[in-house]
Amino acid sequence: MHELSIAQALVTTVTDHVGELRVYEVTVRLGMLTGVVPESLHFCWELVTAQTPLEGSRLVVDRVPLPGTCVDCGTSGVWTSLPPLRCPGCGGRVLPNASGREMEIATVEVEDPDGTDEMDGAVPGTGAPDGGRTT
Amino acid sequence: MSRLIELRTAVLAHNDDLASALRADLLAAGTVAVNLLSSPGSGKTALLERLMTTAVGQGLPVAALTGDLATENDARRLQRSGAPVRQVVTDGLCHLEADLVRDHLSGWLPSGTRLLLVENVGNLVCPASYDLGESLRVVLASVTEGEDKPVKYPTAYRWADVVVLTKIDLAEACAFDEQAFLAAVRDVRGDVEVLRTSARTGEGVDALLARLRRTADEVLGGAVP
Repeated sequence: MHELSIAQALVTTVTDHVGELRVYEVTVRLGMLTGVVPESLHFCWELVTAQTPLEGSRLVVDRVPLPGTCVDCGTSGVWTSLPPLRCPGCGGRVLPNASGREMEIATVEVEDPDGTDEMDGAVPGTGAPDGGRTT
Repeated sequence: MSRLIELRTAVLAHNDDLASALRADLLAAGTVAVNLLSSPGSGKTALLERLMTTAVGQGLPVAALTGDLATENDARRLQRSGAPVRQVVTDGLCHLEADLVRDHLSGWLPSGTRLLLVENVGNLVCPASYDLGESLRVVLASVTEGEDKPVKYPTAYRWADVVVLTKIDLAEACAFDEQAFLAAVRDVRGDVEVLRTSARTGEGVDALLARLRRTADEVLGGAVP
């Protein structure tokens, strides 16, 4: 259960970049072999963001599928499960050919005090693909 | 009013940067660090005590940092080898991080140390995410844990440079299927070196030490003094 440390690292990294700007949403890319459980990250989020510019922000976790190749028949594909991976064609052993350790902050949505009027009055976060978010 | 900033920054960039700097500092000082990961009770400390005793006997300058949530018990055990040992008490943190390692080495690591063994907190999940500045990552499994540890903890095994099987003197007593274990290792890691050891009989300890010395020679260049 090191998601608390990871969540704290997220907050530190974001505030290092955006300073005191209010943060509405943080999107993280998470590989399959990071050993980090998204549910646990979400669980820690409210706690670690309290009394920071990220308080009330939403955490979005995008899983990065793991590319792999079958050692028996050479078939390649991507997997969204953890190793051991099996070839859907021949049932052979599939070894990942990427690290699977992606753990990066992709985007951060922040307040824009000098923004144009076009988003004025909009509920923060409505620009997100799914349109919903907690603030 | 809001705007989207593309950060594309590693979450653990802070730890990774510290680890890279620490690795460079250690190598410049002629020290190679080895990060040892396993579940609790795998026999890491018993094996390390024997390994370090052998290293001291061979005149190899070895030192160890040992991480635990609480107590200095492991440091006391390892100190019986005669080598310098320092305990890192994490106060509940389930893994070591690069800053903890750096802070505990600072002002303590004896100059001339060739091999630094970092015994991580007993845990196969969290420590796998953290680079500690090591040049070699060793994952240990005991025969008493069963054959399927590698497929249960793929993240740890995926990044093992060497896998060490411990307590092989107990293999027969607990009907350990070594071929099944090796197959499980191959499933998640492909072809990786697997060493069989017993801290009780001493089997494999020389081979493991030779493996670590070889890494030190390769990384640092030149023969071990």
